[in-house]
Amino acid sequence: MSRSDVLVDADWVEAHGGDPGVVLVEVDEDTSAYDKGHIRNAVKIDWKADLQDPVRRDFVDRAGFEALLSERGISNDDTVILYGGNNNWFAAYAYWYFKLYGHRGVKLLDGGRKKWELESRELVTDVPQRPETSYHAQEQDPSLRAFRDEVVAAIGNRNLVDVRSPDEFAGRLLAPAHLPQEQAQRGGHIPTAKNVPWSKAAEEDGTFKSDDDLRTLYGDAGLDFSRDTIAYCRIGERSAHTWFVLHELLGQPNVKNYDGSWTEYGSLVGVPIEVGDAK
Amino acid sequence: MTGDGCGAPAGGAPVSAARDVGGQAVVQGRVTQNGSAVAVGYARLLDSGGDFVAEVPLGEDGGFRFFAAPGSWTLRVLAPGNVSAERVVSADTGKITELEVAV
Repeated sequence: MSRSDVLVDADWVEAHGGDPGVVLVEVDEDTSAYDKGHIRNAVKIDWKADLQDPVRRDFVDRAGFEALLSERGISNDDTVILYGGNNNWFAAYAYWYFKLYGHRGVKLLDGGRKKWELESRELVTDVPQRPETSYHAQEQDPSLRAFRDEVVAAIGNRNLVDVRSPDEFAGRLLAPAHLPQEQAQRGGHIPTAKNVPWSKAAEEDGTFKSDDDLRTLYGDAGLDFSRDTIAYCRIGERSAHTWFVLHELLGQPNVKNYDGSWTEYGSLVGVPIEVGDAK
Repeated sequence: MTGDGCGAPAGGAPVSAARDVGGQAVVQGRVTQNGSAVAVGYARLLDSGGDFVAEVPLGEDGGFRFFAAPGSWTLRVLAPGNVSAERVVSADTGKITELEVAV
C-alpha cells in the first residue's frame, strides 16, 4: 500500500473536493469549528453525537452507521476524504471506524484542519446539500478492534503501544494536558506497553512523518515488527492515529485499536498496572 | 468543555468555579500581533526536553489554556504565514500562570 492510497494533500482537495464520487467529511468532537468555517463541500460528522451509542459505551451499530451515511449522502462507492482538528485524531478514528464497517474508499487529508488553516486556505460556511443515499455497511471487522480480555491476554505476548504523553504513561497525569485532570480511574499503563506518544508520528504542521522516520521511531521504542500489535490511549482516538500509522502507512498486519483504552483499563478491577516512566 | 473525549477546545477548556484551580497547574494566556488578538493559530505545550505534550487551537480572543504538571514548560505558538514564537514558562500546582505572547 502506498501513501497515495490512504492520504491526500491540500492541493488535491482544492482540485478535487467537488468531484462526483468524492465526499469531504470534517470529523470533530466539538463541531463548532465546522460551523464557523469548513472546507468547501465538506459535510460534518460529530464524533460523539453521530458515532457513539447514546446509552451504552460502544459504537453505533451497523444499522445506525448505515442510517448516518445514508443521511449524509454518502454512497458505498464514494471516496470519502476525512479531516479534522486535533491533528486529525478524530478523523483518524473515523477512518478506522469506516474501515471497521467495511467502507472501501476512504483517505485522510494529511495535516488535517490545522495545516489547512495555517496555510490560510479557503474556509466557507455554506453547508452542502447531498441527496440521501441507501448505504449498506458490512458487519464490524473483528481484526481491527481489540477488547479488554484480549488486551490483558496480550501482556507479554504482543506489542502494546501506549500512545499517550509520557506524563500520562507514568501516571502523573490522567488526561492530556489541554484538559482538566479530574478522572477517577487509576493512573499508569498496561505492563509491557511501550510508550510512543502519537505526536512523535506527526510533524508540527500535523502531517505524518516519512515512512523511514516512522519505522525508526517504533523500532527504537522496542516494537517487534514481527508481532501483532494493540494500540491504546485514553479513549481510542489518539491510538486510532497510531493505528493508521502502523497499519495503513507502514503496512503492518494485525494491528488493533483498543478503543476502551485507559478509561476502561484503568478502571478494571484486578488487572495489573505499572506506574513510572518508560524503562 | 467538550464532553468526555480528548479533544482540545478552542482557547482551552475553561476553569470552572466548581472545578476551581485546586490541584491543577494551569498555564494560560493570549496571543497578539500588533496589539490585536491572533484568532487563527495554535498553542503547543512542550516539555523541558522539547517534546510535544499538548496543543489547543487559539480562541477568538487569541486565548489558550493548559492543565500541566508542575515544572518548566515551553509554550510554542504557530500562526498563518509561517509565524511562530516560543516562551519558557513554569507551572505550579494550585496556580494559574498567565502569559501574553506577541508574535
